[in-house]
Amino acid sequence: MIGFGWLEALLRVGRKLFVKPETQLYPEVKPKLYPRARGRIVLTRDPDGQERCVACNLCATVCPVGCIDLSKAVADDGRWYPEHFRVNFARCIFCGFCEDACPTAAIQLTPDYELSEWRRDALVYEKHDLLISGEGKVRGYRYWSFAGKAIPGKDKGEAEHEAPPVNLKGLLP
Amino acid sequence: MTKKKIEIDGRVIEAKDGEDLLSACLTHGIDVPYFCWHGALGSVGACRQCAVKVYDGPDDKEGRIVMSCMTPVADVERVSVSDPEAVAFRAQVIEWLMVNHPHDCPVCEEAGSCHLQDMTVATGHIDRRYKFTKRTHRNQDLGPLVTHEMNRCIACYRCTRFYRDYAGGRDLDAFGAHDNVYFGRAEDGPLESPFAGNLAEVCPTGVFNDKGWSRDYARKWDMRATPSICPHCSLGCNILVDQRDGRVKRVQNRYHGALNGYFICDRGRYGPLHVVSEHRLRQPLIDGMPASEHDAASAAHAIVAEGAIGIGSPRASLEANYALQRLVGPERFFAGVSDLESNLVRRIVEILRAGPAKIASLHEVEHADAVLVLGENLTGTAPRLALALRQTARGAERELAAQKGVHAFLDPAVRTAGEGRRSPIVLATPLPDALDDLAALSLRLDPQGVAAFGGSVASALGAGGVEEVEEHSEAARVAEILVNAERPLIVAGCALMSAEIIEAAARIVAALGAKARIVLLAPEANSIGLALLGGDGLDSAAALLKRGGAKTAIVLENDLFDRAPRASVERLFAAAKGVVALDSMANETTARAAVALPVAPFTEATGTFVNYEGRAQRFFAAVAPQESAPASWRRLDAFGAGDWHGLDALIGDLIVERPDLVAVADAAPGEDFGMADGKVTRAPRPYTGRTADDRAGQFADAVIPVDQDGPLTFGIKGARGTAVPTPLITSYKTSGLHSANNVTRFLEEVGGPLRGGDPGALLIKPGEASLPDAVSQRGEAGEGLWLIPLHDAFTGGELSRASALLAARRPAPRLLLHPDDAALHGFRDGAAVQVDGKPCAPVVTLDATVPRGTVVISAGSCQPRGPLRRVKVEAAP
Repeated sequence: MIGFGWLEALLRVGRKLFVKPETQLYPEVKPKLYPRARGRIVLTRDPDGQERCVACNLCATVCPVGCIDLSKAVADDGRWYPEHFRVNFARCIFCGFCEDACPTAAIQLTPDYELSEWRRDALVYEKHDLLISGEGKVRGYRYWSFAGKAIPGKDKGEAEHEAPPVNLKGLLP
Repeated sequence: MTKKKIEIDGRVIEAKDGEDLLSACLTHGIDVPYFCWHGALGSVGACRQCAVKVYDGPDDKEGRIVMSCMTPVADVERVSVSDPEAVAFRAQVIEWLMVNHPHDCPVCEEAGSCHLQDMTVATGHIDRRYKFTKRTHRNQDLGPLVTHEMNRCIACYRCTRFYRDYAGGRDLDAFGAHDNVYFGRAEDGPLESPFAGNLAEVCPTGVFNDKGWSRDYARKWDMRATPSICPHCSLGCNILVDQRDGRVKRVQNRYHGALNGYFICDRGRYGPLHVVSEHRLRQPLIDGMPASEHDAASAAHAIVAEGAIGIGSPRASLEANYALQRLVGPERFFAGVSDLESNLVRRIVEILRAGPAKIASLHEVEHADAVLVLGENLTGTAPRLALALRQTARGAERELAAQKGVHAFLDPAVRTAGEGRRSPIVLATPLPDALDDLAALSLRLDPQGVAAFGGSVASALGAGGVEEVEEHSEAARVAEILVNAERPLIVAGCALMSAEIIEAAARIVAALGAKARIVLLAPEANSIGLALLGGDGLDSAAALLKRGGAKTAIVLENDLFDRAPRASVERLFAAAKGVVALDSMANETTARAAVALPVAPFTEATGTFVNYEGRAQRFFAAVAPQESAPASWRRLDAFGAGDWHGLDALIGDLIVERPDLVAVADAAPGEDFGMADGKVTRAPRPYTGRTADDRAGQFADAVIPVDQDGPLTFGIKGARGTAVPTPLITSYKTSGLHSANNVTRFLEEVGGPLRGGDPGALLIKPGEASLPDAVSQRGEAGEGLWLIPLHDAFTGGELSRASALLAARRPAPRLLLHPDDAALHGFRDGAAVQVDGKPCAPVVTLDATVPRGTVVISAGSCQPRGPLRRVKVEAAP
């Protein structure tokens, strides 16, 4: 039996002719994205302007497409840092796992999603393309204030929740 | 050993009576978290992590919590690992252990292969509830090989148990008390023991680590690991070579039940990094000047075409030596060592073949009950054997403890119950020895004295055949020790290059009969392999060239100037119209050769080394061979040695020609070996950065290299895990367990063979041939002082000296003279001298322990290896 359901559907669709359109005329109109939107990856610095990345490799490990490659080096002051840090945005799926895995809040995703290039190899970003001069979304965090390794300006026992180094020559029990 | 059935969480396993419950669980694949227990170090019950619940019988509903590492399986019937109370107990323990552990994993080398991480995850600890401060410690500088980060310590005492109790080191200890306990040296300074590198593997967390690896670092899960064989002495310890991006990053121990077990020496750990040193030969040379591959190859072809002899090498693989022998023919193939050395090593093979003494593996060495060492400074020449002898010495202690009913796995209890008894070890060596502290008798004799002493022990044992030797006062006593022992062991070797010492050892074991075991150490990793192929030494090679039997020479992976007296080598270079050198390292021979062609080092080629036991062991290419430096047998193949598309074809030809070496083919699976998951893979998961630079296949780096000669693949897809054949094991990882501690899963029993048999195939069967009479070696005439080479664990041979890491730890070369000899020749302490007319870098040090009439010079410093000989020491002009 033929009913009038089709008429109802027509009316429901037709009503949309009179409401405000949601479609935005990109690129003339840029969408408003929130800071947590997952776009281009950056490497941030801590409040002192030092590189946050310690080259622990967790971002590369958690990356489901394996598009992050880095290698560790040790600076003269004992900090670990990435000698090279490479992200292949042609492969990146912007899942944000790297940001979640990062123990130092170094790697962060930004709301910038405009990454089109004519050449594929232009999408391979090296460290100087990734490293920004600010702290990004995470303010005030210094990984080295929590780590047990000593670096200049933060001796053993000076990190958060640390007691002064044990005096092994002391006689007290 | 009887078996006992015990029920663990409903599963019935057959445990070995006399082992501890933890070992039984681990070898049967039942995971119990633990820290202080170690397969080689036994149980101490320090960490309280391996708690399980045991029940007295079927009626016992309550049970009680025990430490499984301290509980003999004999005492239990029914066990629960998953009991909630035991789980809660273990969770508490890990929480305590983690109270002081720093927030360091991102900047810790160990992370990713860390036993503490594995155990923490396994126990479920995720949150630090303790709100107070963490205890901190200052670190020490422990030298160029080992890092120190004391904050990470969980006080399991494994380091001191290994370093002091197992390896006999003195300079690492525990300081402080309760939660302040500190493991380190009394003051900063390099760790003295040549086994200190093992601390990186023994430590369950990141307190001690490999400093070289830290400097050139990649996470464990980012490095392709390849089974390999240490090229630095004749023991043939198994190693794993880790590399990323074609660069070797570090070397780790690879378990071998009969040989190295859980530990290797520092020469084996850091020496192989000579392959990343600047001493590599990277491009072809013509007359010592860089040339193109094309020019050099055609010049080499021209030289070979004139009729060449082949000079093999004790550090090249058996396959490479065979390829050379095949190219030039057996009568024109020579060993690239002195004539005496080539005769000596061939004589060793004859003695081993003749029997009746069995060849002792290192595992059997540890179970000998009396040992006589003739002339070898083992800590210098074959350090891992010295480490094994340290365990041998404890045999009497173990025996007494067993009589008292103390279980063997309770290591500290065995030490106490053993009352410090030592199995007799007799050292007859020229110089003070690191093993003196545990030897029952240390005799200081000059090289002739060592041989004479060996001879008089043999005579005291009733061996005839040789002219009467002068009776040594201690010989009868030593003979008695050996006769009364059930498993006597004789160790001798080529350190002093004296044929008499080897003959004396052979006579002693012959007199002792079938119960005796023997270790005859050859100078290098493949000396025995070279001797099996045959070939006289360099003097004979030079003589043949002089006679006009051939015009030119091919030198295979060999710095002749390091392996034979300079005069012999110069004779060879003078007699040859042209010399082609194939080598991976740049050295004097490649510089002097008419043409030098780069070839792959042992990390870039597949091949076989034959160790002192006659065990053929395959090493695989850790890094894909480069086109500019192919395996040396491929170069020889191009000269016309054969028509081999792969290594298996070469081995096929070898065993057809030499049926006695047929077992070489069984050393490891061939190149077409595959499992259900495909070839065995070198790469762990996840192996990061695989697509970071692929750029749609435009770059060679993105293409996975192909291994032409081995059954292993460089790709991440492939077989892994416990089912892999033992010569191909690339990792001890199983689900959730990433550290090398997990090797227990791969063992038949703790400290025993790998499941599926230990790798390698024995080529020498004692008793298969009779012993021909010894050809008497002419005694070196001339005058001067007898040269005693001073061997050192951190120096080693030509290859290990090229490792920058090891060089940083190497002691300065020395020249020692007895004060009376020095006075006789008019030398003062610190005098500069020349030896045989050549300036010598080290200055004279006076040392009253040096035998009279000898001069002791650090091996590899200014005198090459060679027969026991006299040298003239004169004041430098």
